[in-house]
Amino acid sequence: MKTICLYFEIHQIIHLKRFRFFDIGTDHYYYDDYANDTSISNIAENSYIPALKTLIDMARKSEGAFKVALSLSGVGLEQLERYAPQVIDLLQELAETGCCEFIAEPYSHGLASLAPNGEQSFREEVKRQVDKINQLFGQKPKIFRNSSLIYDDEIGGLVADMGFKGVLTEGAKHILGWKSPHYLYHCAINPNLKVLMRDYKLSDDISLRFSNTSWEAYPLMADKYMDWIAESPEEDGVFNIFMELCALGIYQPLSSNILEFLSNLPAAAKARGIGFQTPSEVIKNHKSVSAIDVPYPMSWNDEERDISCWLGNVMQREAFNKLYSIGERVILSNDKHLRQDWDYLQASNNFRFMTTKNNAVSMDRGIYESPYDAFTNYMNILGDFLQRVNWAMPMDIDTEELNAFQTTIRNQDKKIEALEKKVARLKAAAEKK
Amino acid sequence: MRVLMFGWEFPPHILGGLGTASFGLTRGLANQGNVDITFCLPKPWGDEDQSFMKIVGMNTVPVVWRNPDNSVLKERYPWMDSEDYYRFRDHIYADFNNLYTNDLGCIEFSGRYPDNLHEEINNYSIVAGVVARTEQFDIIHSHDWLTYPAGIHAKQVSGKPLVIHVHATDFDRSRGNVNPTVYAIEKNGMDYADHIMCVSELTRQTVINKYHQDPRKVSTMHNAVEPLPADIQAIQPQKKPHEKVVTFLGRITMQKGPEYFVEAAALVLKRTRDIRFCMAGSGDMMNAMITLAAERGIADRFHFPGFMKGRQVYECLKSSDVYIMPSVSEPFGISPLEAMQCEVPTIISKQSGCAEILDKCIKVDYWDIHAMADAIYSICNYPALYEYLKVEGKKEVDAITWDKVGERILARYKKLLGIK
Repeated sequence: MKTICLYFEIHQIIHLKRFRFFDIGTDHYYYDDYANDTSISNIAENSYIPALKTLIDMARKSEGAFKVALSLSGVGLEQLERYAPQVIDLLQELAETGCCEFIAEPYSHGLASLAPNGEQSFREEVKRQVDKINQLFGQKPKIFRNSSLIYDDEIGGLVADMGFKGVLTEGAKHILGWKSPHYLYHCAINPNLKVLMRDYKLSDDISLRFSNTSWEAYPLMADKYMDWIAESPEEDGVFNIFMELCALGIYQPLSSNILEFLSNLPAAAKARGIGFQTPSEVIKNHKSVSAIDVPYPMSWNDEERDISCWLGNVMQREAFNKLYSIGERVILSNDKHLRQDWDYLQASNNFRFMTTKNNAVSMDRGIYESPYDAFTNYMNILGDFLQRVNWAMPMDIDTEELNAFQTTIRNQDKKIEALEKKVARLKAAAEKK
Repeated sequence: MRVLMFGWEFPPHILGGLGTASFGLTRGLANQGNVDITFCLPKPWGDEDQSFMKIVGMNTVPVVWRNPDNSVLKERYPWMDSEDYYRFRDHIYADFNNLYTNDLGCIEFSGRYPDNLHEEINNYSIVAGVVARTEQFDIIHSHDWLTYPAGIHAKQVSGKPLVIHVHATDFDRSRGNVNPTVYAIEKNGMDYADHIMCVSELTRQTVINKYHQDPRKVSTMHNAVEPLPADIQAIQPQKKPHEKVVTFLGRITMQKGPEYFVEAAALVLKRTRDIRFCMAGSGDMMNAMITLAAERGIADRFHFPGFMKGRQVYECLKSSDVYIMPSVSEPFGISPLEAMQCEVPTIISKQSGCAEILDKCIKVDYWDIHAMADAIYSICNYPALYEYLKVEGKKEVDAITWDKVGERILARYKKLLGIK
């Protein structure tokens, strides 16, 4: 029986405000509250709330046949808690239907997995994310997906080491080659980690092309979509359809009837003998056919499906290296504000705004007018952040040496005291004689 | 194809962008092959490059009959073909004895922008009448408003199409308060022209909206930049290790927005003292700027080296870490391209014509001194941005060549003449 594994991501960036270099050292609040408020409220109202209501409805009507997976970034969750808590309520309702599996992702939606000295930061933030999901929805995620589905063999090994059973990633052409994404694979370094690869054609049909009137398959009906899946080769078992939740409502406006399309999918699937499963169920019910070799990081972004949109030019790499140069010290320090800023500054979108790639799709850079503007603003903020980290955790080798010397002096003091006492005793004993 | 061009300035004796652009355009056009260009100047100095076109000095064309000996002509004007004098003399078309002429029967020109500029423009158009009746040509091309009357006269005499090249309008120069006489000359030229070429889309919009021209008659022909000659490329920059230099190079006048540069510098220097600012050039606002720098308390880090010529320009550019052009209204602006050629990261105002074709530079509104200061600080302190703009800027500018412009001009000529 063919299976669909449907997964949605919820992530929204914390917007940085315009930060000039004269604010360095004086202004320590980097965020644009108004932009955050309006954008979350807008997205919640136009996308998350109607989409989640549809999913809950589908779960209830299907009597357990419809399954879906969701992941939320920690920073996205924080924003929802602050500005749109009704979304969290709906998510809890969805969790209670028993048809939803929650997936883990890095708390900051950042690129710590790519930084050479970022492993500690990465482990720490994933653990925090897992704990938060458990606390809110009563599920401890066993499956992982990295920011923008970034994956390579090394990351796979690390994720397996952290105890996850499976990972979601992109079914990129340059990785798969002649292979099909409709099978289960395993990580080349650690076969215990299973890899689910996104079918980007079927996924983008919904998230990118659905309302495009000049598309040949427009208008897309649930029956036609399920026929495509049903008509695939017999052995193709797993259809991984991954997209952001805001595709339902923002990228594809509600007026295109995308939610009606979505709610008709379970019936159309059932009629063709196609089922839905969560990623954990997919791993349980299928055997992996081979290892998948990914020597260089890949992602679900851009035509190239690699990390060039975040780290492609020298400015991005400079910002990235500067950021992760203080990662260890931030984690060591117990300052709550530093830890929070560290989460928000890591978000991969900040690097995306600095890209100089010529993309056919025009990019929304928010308040920035050019990649240089984005770089300047981010580096100014980073300058202030670095200064604060230095004040909190000064990188003085001297203090460490000083500590060692002080310990030695104290020990020697104790020894002198003990010896003096001994001398006094011996003197007293000698005088007695 | 034979082209009769009217200009006012030509390298190496230039006073601004007009001369540089005229040279580049003409050479780019000549490189297309099969184009004979006759370039009229009010007062050539004799050391202009005539390898790709013929230069005619308006001060060597007689308007009153005199009979000098061939040897006198050869001695006075060694750079020109003395036979031309006699050919021009045969086409004197009216009695100009009331005009002040020299011993050869020619009108004297200053070659610059003197107080009696309007008189010179008028004289130029009179002499143009002689030239137009003598020379054979297919099309007339007039550079900038000073030569429009000459172009109109030539068109009336010959019936050939007139193309005018708008390098700047009075709206740019005067920030809105136009001189009525100048406006009249400009508008007249545009009305008579068969085609109008503007150096930027910004200028084109001004021509269409403020001078009420038909948009189909007006096109945009962005300027370009000459590749650096080998000896200039070889100049080694003189950079001090702990100091960064931010440079402004141009006429210190209202149009170029120098006061915004001083204000931005004051903001930067409040925060960091190891950046120096340099305003090179001269102009009517120079004294006011020196006073402003003193008022802001930054006179120790703000320098005024004066007018730079030739090689000095490139030495100044190469020793800079940032080049800035905060122009209030710049029709095009070739100087940022020259700076990017010298591998200097550039900040330009969005209200300039070159912002339309440049990508690898920082663009700010001319009044936004905070953004300007932020950008200056950023380039000076974040080496990644400095490296990126330096390398990519040079690559981008190397692709902007006059040959491409020449090709487009030739295509436009052919269209006007109805040749395929």
